[in-house]
Amino acid sequence: MTEHRLEELMGNLLRAGVLSAGAIVLAGGIWLLAAEGLSQPAYHHFHARVYGLRSFGTLSAPEAVVLVGLLALIATPIARVVFAVIAFALRRDRAYIIISLVVLAVLLYSIGTSWL
Amino acid sequence: MNVLEFSGTVFAIACLAGFLGSLTGLGGGVIVTPALTLLLGVDLRYAMGATLVSVIATSSGAAAAYVKEGFSNIRLGMLLEIATTLGAVAGAHLLSIAPVPSLAVIFGVVLLYSAWSSLRPPGDAGDGAPDPLASKLRLNGAYPAAQGSIRYEVARVKTGFSLMFGAGILSGLLGIGSGAMKVIAMDRVMRIPFKVSTTTSNFMIGVTAAASAGVYLSRGYIEPGLAMPVVLGVLSGSLLGARRLAAARSASLRFVFAGVVGLLAAEMIYNGFSGGIR
Repeated sequence: MTEHRLEELMGNLLRAGVLSAGAIVLAGGIWLLAAEGLSQPAYHHFHARVYGLRSFGTLSAPEAVVLVGLLALIATPIARVVFAVIAFALRRDRAYIIISLVVLAVLLYSIGTSWL
Repeated sequence: MNVLEFSGTVFAIACLAGFLGSLTGLGGGVIVTPALTLLLGVDLRYAMGATLVSVIATSSGAAAAYVKEGFSNIRLGMLLEIATTLGAVAGAHLLSIAPVPSLAVIFGVVLLYSAWSSLRPPGDAGDGAPDPLASKLRLNGAYPAAQGSIRYEVARVKTGFSLMFGAGILSGLLGIGSGAMKVIAMDRVMRIPFKVSTTTSNFMIGVTAAASAGVYLSRGYIEPGLAMPVVLGVLSGSLLGARRLAAARSASLRFVFAGVVGLLAAEMIYNGFSGGIR
């Protein structure tokens, strides 16, 4: 795989991720406004309520859809790093396979804190 | 104000911020947080959580275009992402123990600095001594220009790496992309050509923000109802801005925007000290 082809694939991956995540957030957002548009917003005081995957059961359905979109957005750069690991592996570039795996480990640790 | 009106207002603010942010190169996220806290009285942590997610959206969207043009240095970005993601996780953990007024003050100082640095002309890459470590790690690269491909060599890899750790901490602590810090580390310290530093920094911002995002989620800083209009607004604003980029990257617009950012910064610092943001 040439460097240019690699960059093109990576660009397409990022674009597809952002567009699909944006579409899910938009769909969930319209539903959310239709269902709960007349209630009062409660963001003036901090009161932790939504904790990633753990709180899917307690959220209203439209909120859960928005959260799926947000998670897809967060997953987009992570998918990019996974892609980098594969691309460096295909070229047997050992130093950069390790470097990308370290970045991936930090990302998975962070995501793990919210899912465990 | 009910949820419908509130979401509409947030969307409009985020859209304007995204538009101006992409026109001026300062990034839209950086003014959404102060606008939400100062104008709408949103809790600082909720505002940071919503902004952080929008930073991922704009950075990945813009990176898609830049990567294809061949300006970003992917190896360099990957290496420095070790520092920014570790910093981001540390910063996100710090956020949960730092008192909120002190966060407002730090946010204001960082904003002030970004406004000031956006007014300075791009640094001259010049010829800092190439770092042997850079050639060992194959970080030196080339970028496309009118007269063909231009080669460049990377200097001071270790110093740049440490600065990136600092940029990561700020990103996790404040829910911003801290693009300004990243560009300074690459542009001024590592002597990387301006166009390559801005695009590589953009490429890294999404991964850095994703590293904070997990911790933000686990602490409940990301509220779907608030993040929704922020993400959609910043994303559509910055898409509009990117489309007009060629037409209107004027110095006067930059100046006005830096002025607005400076005012917001002063207000954040004032509110942090006076107890307006708790």
